[in-house]
Amino acid sequence: MHADPTAETATPSSTADAVRRRLVRKGRWSVAEIAFWLVAAATLVFLPERHLILNEIAIIGLFALSLDLILGYAGIVSLGHAAFFGFGAYAAGILAKHGLADPLLGLAVASLATALLGFATSFLVLRGTDLTKLMVTLGVALLLGEIANQASWLTGGADGLQGISMGPVLGLFEFDIFGTTAYAYSLAVTFVLFVIARRIVVSPFGLSLRSIRDNPLRARAVGIPVNRRLVAVYTLAAAYAGVAGALLAQTTQFVSLDVLAFHRSADIMLVLVIGGAGYLYGGLLGAIGFKILQDILSAWTPQYWQFWIGLILVVLVLAGRERLTDRVKALWPRSRPSPDGKAQALPVTPAREV
Amino acid sequence: MAAALETRGLMKRFGGLVATDNVTFRLEQGARHALIGPNGAGKTTLINLLTGVLKPTSGQILLQGEDITGLRPERRVQRGLARTFQINQLFPAMTPLETIGLAVSERLGGGRDWWRVTGSRREIVDEIVEIAQRFRLADVLDERTSNLAYGKQRLLEIAVAFACRPRVLLLDEPAAGVPEAERHELLATVAALPRDVSVLLIEHDMDLVFSFADRISVLVNGALFTEGSVEEVSADPRVRAVYLGESVDE
Repeated sequence: MHADPTAETATPSSTADAVRRRLVRKGRWSVAEIAFWLVAAATLVFLPERHLILNEIAIIGLFALSLDLILGYAGIVSLGHAAFFGFGAYAAGILAKHGLADPLLGLAVASLATALLGFATSFLVLRGTDLTKLMVTLGVALLLGEIANQASWLTGGADGLQGISMGPVLGLFEFDIFGTTAYAYSLAVTFVLFVIARRIVVSPFGLSLRSIRDNPLRARAVGIPVNRRLVAVYTLAAAYAGVAGALLAQTTQFVSLDVLAFHRSADIMLVLVIGGAGYLYGGLLGAIGFKILQDILSAWTPQYWQFWIGLILVVLVLAGRERLTDRVKALWPRSRPSPDGKAQALPVTPAREV
Repeated sequence: MAAALETRGLMKRFGGLVATDNVTFRLEQGARHALIGPNGAGKTTLINLLTGVLKPTSGQILLQGEDITGLRPERRVQRGLARTFQINQLFPAMTPLETIGLAVSERLGGGRDWWRVTGSRREIVDEIVEIAQRFRLADVLDERTSNLAYGKQRLLEIAVAFACRPRVLLLDEPAAGVPEAERHELLATVAALPRDVSVLLIEHDMDLVFSFADRISVLVNGALFTEGSVEEVSADPRVRAVYLGESVDE
């Protein structure tokens, strides 16, 4: 073996320990992360009058997390992610309407069904340019929307799916009109799925996804079965989106065609852009930011709030989220960004380390 | 003994153009074999056929005596055929640590592992350290790849391929574009590759060919023009005419 003349006098085993520590470090939770979830849990007690909107935020956050898995980590762009959200919502709603009242069981079945749909459609996004993927995903969502509209015997069509009655969560907690059970339920499910996703992205599998996003040609050349990995993550992301949709159906006990609408897919992209793709918290923070913005702007100017959302989107994308956050970070001298070309052009927002 | 890598009557046509013309070739075990040829001789097409990016029109490719003609690129890598690229093909947003870790854990079956944190397995970490030291990357392991000096990127390019533990390594112009100051380090690591790895070097730079290779094949117009030891090929007047003469003019 060739000894490295530039290395310090460290023995090989201590170098190995350092390397292992650096690799494993990514799996560990930081204080900020733990604080984030503690605050989220605390809102269950301290913000009782906001549980309905918090429930919505948790659901949107999970939906955006799902998009982050394919966009931020695997580099698959999608303008039709609502296909899975809507499918999961209808699956859960229809199950509940036909007697499967247990929320968790309904959630499991709905997510499995959505995973199957994701698996089947994943083969459509393996090939082609980003534009092809945008159009194919958009097309699939439009198709599903029209099917849901036509099959009114099953979905209620334009009137929406009514008559959903959910049983208590775990047989204990009835859904209440204040949304407290709903929020606790959505938050718990989102947290569990987040923990799993967080684990996945620091695993070798997650690393291989990032390599595919960065350079699929080279990923193949190190022996990674690129297509199989993309199918796997697309299926997983579909299941996540399906769960988010199912949570919405179960906690609001209503499903309308709106869940499959184009604006759902567009909004969730917006949420991820606001929060930042490629570090999992982007979806959750984006959901909070998006909902708060929507709340403030629509109270201030009910008819024109979308104007401001649009303006913010343009600024975020043109100025670059990375550069904005680096500006903010530069205010604290200790965390000054490294003087490197962070603005270097990459196909998607580069992943920051978890 | 079976050749490390062998082609039999390999043909590739693009419409009317014959890009690879009946190439029958053996890369012996432990060889240091150079493949040279003027621009447009079909070197890139041949690499793409060997690695499985292109399907041959006819002919066979054998790795350690086993037919791999129909295997997909990633399967060939898993069987021990790795390559480097003439133009860096790295993961700009990842660090060398992650890049090497990716290749090592992928080879050890870790790519399907979605639950354990990368680096929790001892054998993976040990191998990352060994490769980082061999390719003189130990001091830049945590840099973003896009920020590395070009010479270091070239080293990483070879390190990633080496991390696949290939039995056959295709080096595509490894020193291309490396500034003089960083060249020595690169050539030294290439020369120090272990002998149980058979190397096919595709190269323009004759100094590197003569210092590294023990056999040379010359490719002209898609066909093998001649093959022999370094002395034979460099003394061959026909080779001088089609290739060496040209490279002096460059």
